[in-house]
Amino acid sequence: MRANCWMGKTDLEVREVPDPTLLNARDAIVRITSTAICGSDLHLYNGYIPTMRKGDILGHEFMGEVVEVGPAVANLKVGDRVVVPFPIACGNCFACERELYSLCENSNPNAAVAEKLMGHSPAGIFGYSHMLGGYPGGQAEYARVPFADVGPIKVEDDLTDEQVLFLSDIFPTGYMGAELCDIKPGDVVAVWGAGPVGLLAMASARLLGAERVVAIDRFPYRLRLAAEHADAEPINYEETDVADALQWITAGRGPDACIDAVGLEAHQSSRALHAYDRTKQVARLETDRPHALREAIISCRNGGTVSVIGVYGGMVDKFPMGSVMNRSLTIRTGQCHAQRYLRPLLDRIRNGEIDPSFVISHTLPLDQAPQGFEMFRDKEDDCTKIVLKP
Amino acid sequence: MQARTAVTIKRPVEEVYAFWRDLTNLPAFMYHLKSVEPTGNGRSHWTANGPAGATVDWDAELVEDTPGQRIAWRSLEGAKVSNSGSVTFTPAPGGDGTEVRVELSYDPPGGALGKVVAKLFGEEPQQQISDDLRRLKQVLETGEVVLSEGSPEGTRFARLVRQRPAEPVG
Repeated sequence: MRANCWMGKTDLEVREVPDPTLLNARDAIVRITSTAICGSDLHLYNGYIPTMRKGDILGHEFMGEVVEVGPAVANLKVGDRVVVPFPIACGNCFACERELYSLCENSNPNAAVAEKLMGHSPAGIFGYSHMLGGYPGGQAEYARVPFADVGPIKVEDDLTDEQVLFLSDIFPTGYMGAELCDIKPGDVVAVWGAGPVGLLAMASARLLGAERVVAIDRFPYRLRLAAEHADAEPINYEETDVADALQWITAGRGPDACIDAVGLEAHQSSRALHAYDRTKQVARLETDRPHALREAIISCRNGGTVSVIGVYGGMVDKFPMGSVMNRSLTIRTGQCHAQRYLRPLLDRIRNGEIDPSFVISHTLPLDQAPQGFEMFRDKEDDCTKIVLKP
Repeated sequence: MQARTAVTIKRPVEEVYAFWRDLTNLPAFMYHLKSVEPTGNGRSHWTANGPAGATVDWDAELVEDTPGQRIAWRSLEGAKVSNSGSVTFTPAPGGDGTEVRVELSYDPPGGALGKVVAKLFGEEPQQQISDDLRRLKQVLETGEVVLSEGSPEGTRFARLVRQRPAEPVG
C-alpha cells in the first residue's frame, strides 16, 4: 500500500510499504477513505518531537471501512464504516474506566521511554513517534487498529466523510478544550489560535453557552472563519495589543476562560521574547515555545481557567508561575480523551447543531501529502485544513 | 544484584495471585523464561532463553506460599546462578485492584558465565522485571500483550533502542 512516511525533518515521502496485518485478537484492519493533516503533525514534520525513525507512517485522523477483524472483536464486522479516535485505549484499565482514554495504562509498549521524559507514560497514539508506541499512522491506504472493540465508532452512510472525519481528533479536542473551561452563563472565552482546533473550540464554546467568544490569531482569513462560524470577536495580534483588547472587551476583568489552541510552535509578535525562545530551542535548552500559553495565563481574569489543548512535548522556559499562583488560576489540560466524546458529538452533528467540515480548505490525493504539509505549515492559499484521499 | 518493581493491576487479588501461583503462566509475561514446570513438593524446573539460542535451566523451590498474599521462591543447590525472589499481592485502594510488588536477587558469577547471565537476566535487571510486570498487567487487564509495529513483540527493553520503523511488519 502507499503511505506518507517521515524520512527526516521536513522530509516526507509517499512510499510503497506492506499492507497491515492483524497482530492481536482485538485488532481490526481499516481501509482508509479519508484522512487529514493535523497541526500537531507539523511538530513531527518540523523535527520538534523526539524518537521519530526514518520510515514512520504519519497521521492520526482517519476513517474508513473495516476489512478485517480479529477473533475478539465482536462489535464490528467487515464492511462497517468507522471513524477511528487518535488515542489507542484498551478499555480495561483504571484510566479507561474513568474515561481518561488518552491515559490508557496499557496501550504504549514503549512506555519506559515516555516515563523517562514525562514521569509516567500516556496512551499510545497512531503515527506520533516511538515514545508514544511506534504505531503506524493513518495517512495511508490501510491501518491496523488495536483494541478495535473500544475505539472506532460506527457511522451510517447518510453523513459524508467530511462531516464526521474530525471526530477522530480535532472536534473532540476543541470540544474538550471548551468543556474544560466549565463555561457559565455570561462567560467570556478567549481562544488563542484560530486553526482548525481553535475554530472548533470556539464553536464548542458557543454550544456550551459562552456569552462572548474572542479569537486571537494573525491571519485575517482564519479570523474571518472564527467570526463566521463561532460568532467570535477577532483580535489580530499583529495589529492590536491583545491585553488592551481583552481589557476593553471584558471591562477590565479579563476573560473568564482562556484556551491555548496553539501549543509548542507558537509564533510571537514581540521580537525579543521570540528571539529568546527560538535561541533556546536551537540550543536545545528549551524544547517548546510557550508564547500563547504565557499570554493566556497573564490575560486570564483572577480565579479563571486556562484550558490547554495545544500540544506540548517537553520543557518550557519563563513560565509565569507567579501569575498562576497569586491569582488562583486553574490550569486544565490533556490530550483529548476522544473516545469519550465520539457518541455525543456524532449526535450533535446528526442533529445539525454543527458541521465541522467548515474547517476544510483543501482536499488532496494522498500522493500529494508532502506538498500538503508545506502548504499547511506556510499557510499558503488560505490553507486551514487539508483532507487527504488515499 | 537486586531488582524490585511494582505495578497496580485492575483485577481482584485472588485472581492475580492464582495466575502467578500457576508457575506455568510465568513465560507468558516473563520473556526471558522459556518454561517453568512444577516437579512436585513445591519444586519446579525453570528454563530460560540464553543468548544465541542456548538455554539455561535450574531447579527451584517455593519457600513461602500464602494464598492471596505472598509467594517466595529460591533456586536449589547446583543452580548455575543462585537466585531468589518474592511477589506480594495487596488490595489496591478503591477495592477493585491489586498492588503487585516483586523483589528479585541473584548472584551473577564472574567471567564468561557472568556475561551469559547478564544477557540472560537482562543487562538491566531492573528494566527487565519492570517490563515483565507491565506485560502481566496487560495480559490480566486486556487479555493480550500489547504490540506495535515499532515493538512487534510488545514491551521489551532491548527493543526500545532498536525500534522497527512505524510501518506494517509485512
